[in-house]
Amino acid sequence: MQQRAEASPQTMQSTAFGARRPVVYYTDSLIKSVLFLCALVSVFTTIAILTVLLVQSYFFFKEVSLVEFLTARQWTPLFAEKHFGILPLLSGTLLTSLIALLVSVPLGLAVAIYLSEYARRPVRKVIKPFLEILAGIPTIVYGYFALLTLTPLLQKFIPHLAGFNALSPGIVMGIMILPLVTSLSEDALRAVPDSLREGGFALGASKLQVSLSIVFPSALSGIMASIILALSRAVGETMIVAIAAGNLPQLTFNPLEPVSTMTAFIVQVSQGDTPYGSLAYNTIFAVAIALFVLTFILNMISFRIRKTFLAAGGG
Amino acid sequence: MSFFKVETRNVSLYYGNTAALKNISLGVPENKVVAIIGPSGCGKSTYLRLFNRMNDMIDDVRVEGEVLLNGKNIYADGVRVEEVRKRVGMVFQKPNPFPKSIFENVAYGLRINGVTNKRYIEETVERALRQAALWDEVKDNLKKSALALSGGQQQRLCIARALAVEPSVVLMDEPSSALDPISNAKIEELIWELKKKYTILIVTHNMQQAARVSDWTAFFYLGELIEYAETKDLFTNPRNEKTQNYITGRFG
Repeated sequence: MQQRAEASPQTMQSTAFGARRPVVYYTDSLIKSVLFLCALVSVFTTIAILTVLLVQSYFFFKEVSLVEFLTARQWTPLFAEKHFGILPLLSGTLLTSLIALLVSVPLGLAVAIYLSEYARRPVRKVIKPFLEILAGIPTIVYGYFALLTLTPLLQKFIPHLAGFNALSPGIVMGIMILPLVTSLSEDALRAVPDSLREGGFALGASKLQVSLSIVFPSALSGIMASIILALSRAVGETMIVAIAAGNLPQLTFNPLEPVSTMTAFIVQVSQGDTPYGSLAYNTIFAVAIALFVLTFILNMISFRIRKTFLAAGGG
Repeated sequence: MSFFKVETRNVSLYYGNTAALKNISLGVPENKVVAIIGPSGCGKSTYLRLFNRMNDMIDDVRVEGEVLLNGKNIYADGVRVEEVRKRVGMVFQKPNPFPKSIFENVAYGLRINGVTNKRYIEETVERALRQAALWDEVKDNLKKSALALSGGQQQRLCIARALAVEPSVVLMDEPSSALDPISNAKIEELIWELKKKYTILIVTHNMQQAARVSDWTAFFYLGELIEYAETKDLFTNPRNEKTQNYITGRFG
């Protein structure tokens, strides 16, 4: 900003000499450089984070082999008898994320089809802001909602349900990612050209037939991309599972039992009294790297699907 | 009963308060081709879409008068719009094949009607593709995506798709305006063939095309039917001054 202030008297001078073009030229190139620096910030941040993760997890993998990390079936780095198998955390992450998808995908697609194909404008104008609000609720609120409202409610129907469990945070996470699935899928559905709908209607197809057998398949790649993006969001979600899932790493796919996820474990260690630089401390970087790789792969898949979708003439 | 296959009687159509069609009475005899010509915005596409009630999908549209198909008003209470559309096929300005295989495009109309007999579907697809003069070009590639076809082939596929459900009337909304001259010629040839079995209404900007393919021609201007006559009469000896000005290229 200071540079800019200094530059202005000069530019004023050159205007006085009647050379108007340089003024535009200097401010233009200055702004270009400033904007370029802003863009660099995001690049450097990414590189910096990756470097930290790699360096710190190097210390971890010096003591624990990658094979043990990926195949051992117990995760107890904070106990006296230490095991470093990420599988329990991975299973917890996948379990809660899959429950979230089971909730958000059918519901989200139904809402998306309704909004894109059926809802008249005034109705859409009312429903959309509510979805935005859903997306804006802090995840900590969702977390307490899962622990203090949903779990007791579910326990009335499922007596064996533990106080901390995978089911309740999974469902709440599904509600959290619902707006993501809905809005991206709706975009994909709306991008299907009306000429295809007309072609279907002209053959005597009903609205439901046109929606399900023409519009939906035409938007499928966009819808898949939205689902994978939502999955990636669920995998990375922290607060809800940290609060309501129980922080108990165990290799199970039973939704009624307490589990821990990769993110929840990182929270547990970061806020606890694990000594800096200890092996237990370094575990969080190894977990973070695994998490990073997982979400990175999901985002890449989503990105690629979206790209082929765009290339195929979708929206 | 009506003498005509399709007919409009004193039909007016309003978008909100604006009249897009004003009191139009026009009949099309069976197995004839009627061309609808006129400058852009004269209501000719809107008129065409009366016959399969495609205007229904636009909000705030009101239709007055009667639109008769085989003597029955298709805007009467209790008429199921899907049933109307099964009897009145439509081909659009831009080819709009579904992103499915060639076979599935043509079979679509049967499948949504709940037809499951595989043999019957295969026979119908072949018949429709032959009628649309596309069979020889695609018979070995029926599983290929329809989007891989050329524009002209896609348009003939859309014609086949419309014919597969055995309509008796076919509406064509500038069916070859987006195509190259050779594809255009093929479509025109096809219209001549199809006339034997179907009653055809075609909207076109191309007056040569209207002169070549149609038996009767209707000239629309600002939502009104200015002149309706046998094609050779309308083009050689127009009665109305506006028609004359339009076909000689003085406006429009």
